Amino acid sequence: MRDVLIPLAVVVGVLAGVFAVAAQLVWLERRLLALWQDRYGPNRVGPFGLLQVVADGIKLLSKEDWTPPFADKGVFVLAPAIAATAALLSFAVVPFAQNIVISDLNIGLLFFLAMSSLGVYGVVLGGWASNNKYGLLGSLRAAGQMISYEVFMGLSLCGVVLMAGSLRLNAVVEAQREMWFFVPQFLGLAVFVIAGLAETRRIPFDLPEAENELVAGYHTEYSSMKFAMFFLGEYLGITLISSMIVTLFFGGWLGPWLPGLVWFLLKIAVCIIGFILIRAALPRLRYDQLMALGWKVLLPLALLNIIVTGGVVLASGSRLSD
Amino acid sequence: MANIFTTLWRVFRHAFRPRVTVQYPEQKFYLPPRWRGRIILSRDPDGEERCVACYLCAVACPVDCIALQATEDEHGRRYPEFFRINFSRCIFCGFCEEACPTYAIQLTPDMEMSEYRRQDMVYEKEDLLIEGTGKYRDYNYYRVAGLAIGGKDKGEAEREQAPVDLRSLLP
Ligand code: SF4
Ligand code: SF4
Repeated sequence: MRDVLIPLAVVVGVLAGVFAVAAQLVWLERRLLALWQDRYGPNRVGPFGLLQVVADGIKLLSKEDWTPPFADKGVFVLAPAIAATAALLSFAVVPFAQNIVISDLNIGLLFFLAMSSLGVYGVVLGGWASNNKYGLLGSLRAAGQMISYEVFMGLSLCGVVLMAGSLRLNAVVEAQREMWFFVPQFLGLAVFVIAGLAETRRIPFDLPEAENELVAGYHTEYSSMKFAMFFLGEYLGITLISSMIVTLFFGGWLGPWLPGLVWFLLKIAVCIIGFILIRAALPRLRYDQLMALGWKVLLPLALLNIIVTGGVVLASGSRLSD
Repeated sequence: MANIFTTLWRVFRHAFRPRVTVQYPEQKFYLPPRWRGRIILSRDPDGEERCVACYLCAVACPVDCIALQATEDEHGRRYPEFFRINFSRCIFCGFCEEACPTYAIQLTPDMEMSEYRRQDMVYEKEDLLIEGTGKYRDYNYYRVAGLAIGGKDKGEAEREQAPVDLRSLLP
């Protein structure tokens, strides 16, 4: 009985927790952006405006759920679901604490990469199915952006894998007992953060959305709950990338005194705040700049990182054994 | 690369700056006396209506939201029989105030005039007319104008000379 109940509790707990965090991120982001722009942000609904999410949810639910007559119905409905589900599924492999992980797959890292690539389909199909020129332009950009960024997102993690000697995320965390990987893998971290930003379509890389040139990009035609799903997907994505950064480079749940889960959440919080700060401060890249940066700078950097790490690991001849 | 971090740091430092937002319903703005808000019709220092129903404000109004009808009392004083401003159309440009020859119509520093029903945005004369003189305390049109009304004949206004008989040659 315990064998069933505990995993079930973990699943439900993670699901609820992740949803709550993703929803509350909307509030957090607005409050923080406001803070950095010398404003207050939403502070009326509930204490500190914490219930703003509820108000927003009710508003979204009561909006008309409209499917344009010219859209490709099936795909149009499917796309937001893909976007949200893919982001959600990746949380299955994230180790929130030593034993709070839904499924500690031995290919955890690969699973994460696969799922985040699937998430792109949500965006690309969403824009395509809308049958709208802005939607199409948005999804074109999304496709281009994802293809170029996916490549070195995977490559930037190879260094970590080489050092940890495993794709299992809990093993990666364990391997950081002596030193968190952000020191030896600094290059990897830098590349991964940039790729992560691009992956979540956050501001310096929010070209698929680009409100001020493409109306709303790939979700121009979406309203009500379908739109909310895209939004949920985006905020889940931020949480996911933050958890990945923390797990792979900042020692996951490792940390003195406090329990693992608390450490993990604290680190994620700092990471997410960093993401929001980036959004508050940086302007959007132009499309050719984005491509040039990706292929000409970050890809070579990621490759260099692999070569150097590989050389060092080979020379010290340690971790590759298990 | 370096200036990206400079930017991030500069933005981050704003977390410790005072916020510029005024928390409106609790904290009020200072609205200067010449603020163009809710329109009133004032009275002269004697407590009579200042408006002489000359229609100039209605003509000046770019959105045509003023409607009035002139009439006259037993002393020969003109006044508006009704005076109606549709505030759902008014753009608070203040042209009516500038056009008014008697300082009757004035804009005031009050902008809290939302209503739930559109109909309630139409203000009648009772809603517009106030007891006081508004921004111009001492002005009294009939006391300075050379117009004869009941109780004040020609030449009796302030700083007005007695009328000259044009047909007489005597000084
Ligand atoms: S403020 Fe302008 S718009 Fe309003 S009543 Fe006067 S003239 Fe008309
Ligand atoms: S308010 Fe002024 S401008 Fe308008 S009718 Fe009366 S006197 Fe004339």
